[in-house]
Amino acid sequence: MTVVPFFIIVSLGAAFLISVFGKHYKRSSDYLANSACFILLALSLYTLNLICKTPNHILVYRVGGWIPPIGISMVIDCLTPFMLITVNLVAFLIAIYSINYMERYTDKWKFYTLFMLMLAGMNGIIITGDIFNLFVFLEIAAISSYALVAFGTEAEELEASFKYAVMGSVGSSFILLGIAILYSYTSTLNMADMAKAITQKGPAKILPFVSVLFLMGFGLKAALVPFHAWLPDAHPSAPAPISAMLSGVLIKVLGIYALSRIFFNVFGMSQAVSRIFIILAIASMVVGSILAFGQSDIKRLFAYSSISQIGYIVLGLAIGTPLSIMGGLFHLFNHSIFKSLLFLNSGVIEHSIGTRDLKKMSGILYKMPVTGYTTLIGALSICGIPPLGGFWSKLIIIFACIQANHPVLALIAIFVSILTLAYYFKAVTPALFGREDGQDYKSFRKKASWAMNASMIALATLSIISGLMLVPNLGAGLLKDATSVLANGISYANLVFEALK
Amino acid sequence: MLTYFLCFILFSIGVYCVLRKRNLIKIIIGLGIIEYAGNLFFALIGYRTEGRSPILTQDQAIKNMVDPLPQALVLTAIVIGLAVTALMVAIAIRIYEKYGTFDITKINKLKG
Repeated sequence: MTVVPFFIIVSLGAAFLISVFGKHYKRSSDYLANSACFILLALSLYTLNLICKTPNHILVYRVGGWIPPIGISMVIDCLTPFMLITVNLVAFLIAIYSINYMERYTDKWKFYTLFMLMLAGMNGIIITGDIFNLFVFLEIAAISSYALVAFGTEAEELEASFKYAVMGSVGSSFILLGIAILYSYTSTLNMADMAKAITQKGPAKILPFVSVLFLMGFGLKAALVPFHAWLPDAHPSAPAPISAMLSGVLIKVLGIYALSRIFFNVFGMSQAVSRIFIILAIASMVVGSILAFGQSDIKRLFAYSSISQIGYIVLGLAIGTPLSIMGGLFHLFNHSIFKSLLFLNSGVIEHSIGTRDLKKMSGILYKMPVTGYTTLIGALSICGIPPLGGFWSKLIIIFACIQANHPVLALIAIFVSILTLAYYFKAVTPALFGREDGQDYKSFRKKASWAMNASMIALATLSIISGLMLVPNLGAGLLKDATSVLANGISYANLVFEALK
Repeated sequence: MLTYFLCFILFSIGVYCVLRKRNLIKIIIGLGIIEYAGNLFFALIGYRTEGRSPILTQDQAIKNMVDPLPQALVLTAIVIGLAVTALMVAIAIRIYEKYGTFDITKINKLKG
């Protein structure tokens, strides 16, 4: 049980050490950040093992020895290790990639400090059981991401960062206001206690108001469609590892995980809220993929496709049957793998060719085989081509739509999947397979180092084999247990209080 | 009850300021107003009529105290607000160096 606070201790401690030593000892920031990420990954796997062995599959850590609801609690249930593994796995591979990629920026240690702070914020959001604590970690992650978007300090990056910061802080203020109102209604900040108080007091008029505030605040962090305007600017402007981090895990942890934790486990999903979620999800899916059509900038294309894929995840979660929740969570995992892979690839491409314009690229597959083939795998997976991971999660979501008597939703999901295939085909195929060019082949190959290639190959392999997670005895237990946490809804409170006894 | 409504009006003034103003610095000030309105609301929730400060001494009963928890939370929220404001002012200064203006209609290199 004492392993729980180490997720925050390791990442915050690494951020501190890097800021102290990084300036004077040049390589120390690389070693510190990578070993911290490795430790975090090992810890999340250990937590998964631990949670399988405990009865009831729940662990509650009392911070400072105070018994919740008085003190802050950290709750590990089956959903937590699933999210922790997703985040820390992607972060570890991105940290390996950054060793060489970030050489072209000055002050690499500042990058690693902010990176570890962001990771601390995300791990904190995942393991906390206290709603104000969640807000604090959310702000830690958000503020470091504002700074990281502006890391290159070019005109466009600063502009994108300012836009992101303004929208992000307005969203955070709405969340804080929602927490204040919720506190005045329930007189507690502990999420389990809050769920209990809400069920005891019965439905009140204040809850829809708070729901709207949270929906707007967290929806902005998740870039659901009416609140998506910052994402296509902010994600492409950041350095490639950070784009991968933002699109891969940040929007999911800050937005979707926090939303689903609060709406499923604290408020309890109602019909009306689920309908609103479905509408937002459909809007994100359709608008994101239509806007992606016109893009010629490779990173903007990926950013718009993130919006559309986030729609799939929210659709799966919003329908609310166990099968659809499982599809949503599985798509969350898959999307974090292949979207970070694609952004890392875009970094290598930008690095070697010197442009992000898709029209000026051709024959990447022949010039840079590793980058080319991994991009191909990522793109095929996101389009949902059968043996790859993305296919299975989309298939589950579509089946779940039909099973829950929403054939229209299933049709829209299929339609958007075809749209996805179309815009990736239109944009990426000429860049990968195109023949005509007069550029020097050999100079390209040298620029991607073995560490960058290794992390890209690892991500590509993961996105090929992630379909195996559905096989019983391999990963199906993990997915099913994570699903049951959300599907059980507000019985989360009883589990937490039982674990405290 | 009136104080809560005034709080929400202050919040709306901040949102209006962020949405309508064209100067970067004014937008940052608008965000400050939003934060203060939120913090004020939080502090008001802990207020009890005729309440005294929440310090427990030996001979006093725990009666008629204001709620100390929101005050602690507001302190945290103020620190977070300070960090955001400092970062945004720093970015605004860098933007001024690059574009030579604070007017957001002229800062439009990105397509949006």
